[in-house]
Amino acid sequence: MDIDLITNVLYAMVRTGTPLLIVALGELICEKSGVLNLGQEGMMLMGAVVGFIVTLTTGSLALGFFVAILAGILMSLIFGFITMELSANQVATGLALTIFGTGLSAFIGAGYVGKPVEGLDPIYIPVLTDLPIIGRMLFGQDLIVYLSFALFGGVYWFINHSRPGLILKAVGENPHSANAIGLPVFKTRYLAIVFGGAMAGLAGGYLSLAYTPLWVENMSAGRGWIALALVVFASWKAERVLLGAWLFGLASILHLVFQGLGFSVSPNLLAILPYLATILVLVVLSSNQSRNRLVAPVSLGKPFYAKS
Amino acid sequence: MIKLEPRGERSRLMAYLSPVLAILLTMLTGVILFSLLGIDPWHALVTLLYTPISDVYGWTELAVKATPILLCAVGLSVVFKAQIWNIGAEGQLLMGGLFGSFMALQLIDVEGLWVLPVVLVAGVIGGLFWAGIAALLKVKFNTNEILTTIMMNYIALNILLWAVHGPMKDPDGYNFPESAMFGDSSLMPILIEDTRVHFGLALALLAVVAVWVLMSRAFMGFQIRVMGLDASAARLSGFKEKRLAFFALLLSGGLAGLAGVSEVTGPIGQLIPSISPGYGYAAIIVAFLGRLHPVGIVLATFLMALLYMGGEMAQIELGLPLALTSLFQGLLLFYLLACDVLIGFRLRWISNTPGAQGSSTAPAQPLSTTNTSAQG
Repeated sequence: MDIDLITNVLYAMVRTGTPLLIVALGELICEKSGVLNLGQEGMMLMGAVVGFIVTLTTGSLALGFFVAILAGILMSLIFGFITMELSANQVATGLALTIFGTGLSAFIGAGYVGKPVEGLDPIYIPVLTDLPIIGRMLFGQDLIVYLSFALFGGVYWFINHSRPGLILKAVGENPHSANAIGLPVFKTRYLAIVFGGAMAGLAGGYLSLAYTPLWVENMSAGRGWIALALVVFASWKAERVLLGAWLFGLASILHLVFQGLGFSVSPNLLAILPYLATILVLVVLSSNQSRNRLVAPVSLGKPFYAKS
Repeated sequence: MIKLEPRGERSRLMAYLSPVLAILLTMLTGVILFSLLGIDPWHALVTLLYTPISDVYGWTELAVKATPILLCAVGLSVVFKAQIWNIGAEGQLLMGGLFGSFMALQLIDVEGLWVLPVVLVAGVIGGLFWAGIAALLKVKFNTNEILTTIMMNYIALNILLWAVHGPMKDPDGYNFPESAMFGDSSLMPILIEDTRVHFGLALALLAVVAVWVLMSRAFMGFQIRVMGLDASAARLSGFKEKRLAFFALLLSGGLAGLAGVSEVTGPIGQLIPSISPGYGYAAIIVAFLGRLHPVGIVLATFLMALLYMGGEMAQIELGLPLALTSLFQGLLLFYLLACDVLIGFRLRWISNTPGAQGSSTAPAQPLSTTNTSAQG
C-alpha cells in the first residue's frame, strides 16, 4: 500500500465520518438528558433537502446550511412536543419522525433530484495540507469538517467540564431528583432535543451540499441509525463518538481501499460493510449487560410526567 | 389554558376513537396541504381516496396491494404485543422475495403442483432466517432489536441488488437488472378471473385468522400478551421469556418472508430491484393503527393499500410526487401517537389561578408500549 493511497483513505475516512460525527454528537447530548430520539434519519433528510433547495435557488451555501439546521430544529420540536407535552412513547415517536421526514423530504425534493449545485470546497492550507499521510486528513478538509472538530471539542467540554453539562447529566440520570432540587427538567430536555435536531439538520446539509453534493431521495442511507448505534458504541462518551464516527467512515469507504489494492468486489456487497459493522459492534458491546447498565443514562427513554 | 389530566385508567373508547381521529386529522392536513399547493382539496381527496376504488377492478387491485401489507402487519402485531420492536419487516420481506426467487429460478422449467409450495416455503425460510438472526442476537447477546433489524433492512436491500445485478440476472435480459420470468408452476394461481387477485390474499387472510386464534385462544398467545404487559409478572409465572421473544420474532419474520415471496410469484412474476415500495415500514403503521388487533389490522391494511393506490393516482392526475403516500403515512402515525394521549389523559380547561391544577399522580400509560432504550 503506497503513501498516496493511505493519505487519500485517511482523508476520505474523516470526510465520510463527518456527517456521522455531527449527528452522533447531537444524539449524545439528547440521550444524556434521558431522551432517546430515533428520528435522526428523518431530521437529516429534511436538513438535506431544505438546505439543497435553498442553496440551489439562492446560490448561497451559508444560507443553505442555516436553513438545514433550522429544518432539523423544527423537526425536533415536533418530536419534543409529542413526547414531552403529550408524554407519548419516545421510540414510537422517533420512528414516526423518521417515516414522516423520509416522506416529506422526498415529497418536497421530488423536483430537485439530480440537479447540480456548487458544493462546499476543501480549504487548502499551504505546507500543512501537503504534509504526508495526515496532511489532507486534518488540514485539507472543508469548513464543515473543521466545524465538526470544533463541535466535538465543544460537546466534550460541555459534558465533562461545564455546569450546564452537569445539569444535563443530572436530568438524564434522575429527572425526579433533578426536579426536586429545582433543576429545569423540561427546559433541559427541550434544549437537548433541539440541539440534536440542529446537528441532524447540519449533517443532512453536509450530505447534500458538500459530501455528494446533490439531492437524492433517502440519501442519508441509514446514517441516522448508524449514529444511534455509535452513541451506544461510544458508551455515551464524546471522545469515543469521534473515534467511532471515523471508524465507521473508514468502513464506508473500504471499496476505495479495495479498488486501490486491485480487488474487484461487487459495490453492493461492499455497501453492506458499515451496517454489518454496526451490528457486530452492538453484539460485542451489548453482550456485557451490567457494563451497559452502568454507562447509559439511567432515565434514557423514560418519559417525565411531574410538571410543576 | 388546556391541561392534560390523568384519567387514572385507560379509556377503551378513546383507544378505538384515536385511530379514527388520527385519520380525520391527516385528511384535514391534506386539505390544507393541497390548498397551499393550489389544488382543489376536494378534487384531490377524491382522487386520493375514491377514484382508485371507483370501479370493481379498483377494488381487486386494492386487494392485491393489501396482500403483502396484511401479511407483514399481522406478524408485527404479535411481536409488538410482546413489546419487541421488529422494524425489520421490510428486510425480511426482501429476503423472502430473494429466497423464493432463487427457488423459482432453480425450478424454472419444472412443472407440477408441488413447485409453488416449495417456492413459498423457500420464501418463508428467507424471512425466518433474516428475523432469526435478529432474534438470536437479541436472545443470546441482548442486542437491541430496533437497531439490528433496521441495519438488516439495509443489508437485505444490498444483497437483493447484488443478486439482481449479478448471479440472478436474466442471461437473456439485455443486461437489465431483472431475473428471468418464473415458470408457470411457480406463479400464484389467480383467485378472480381477469384480475390480479392471487392466492396470496387467501394466505394472508388465513394468517390473520391463525394469529387471532393464537393470540386469543392459545396459551402461547396468552404468554406473549402477559410478557408485553408486564415482563416481571411473566418471569415470575415461569414463562420462558427468551423462547417467547424468539418465537414472536420468527413468526413475524416468516410472515414477512411470505409477503415477499407472494409478491414475486404473484403480481411481479420475477425478481426485480424494487419488489416493495416500503410495505414493511407501512405495516408498522398499520399494526399500530389497527390497535394490534386482527380486525383493526385488516381495516388499516385496506386504508394503507388505498393510500398507495391514491398516491399513484395523484401522481398521474395531479402531477404530485409519489412520496405523497409516505408523507401521509408519517402524518398518520404522528397523529395517532398524539391522539393516543387521550387514552390515558383527558383534556381539561383550567383557569390560570394557582391551586386550580389537577393532581399529578402517576397516570396510566398513554400507549400500549413501555420504554425501550438504545442500549443493548
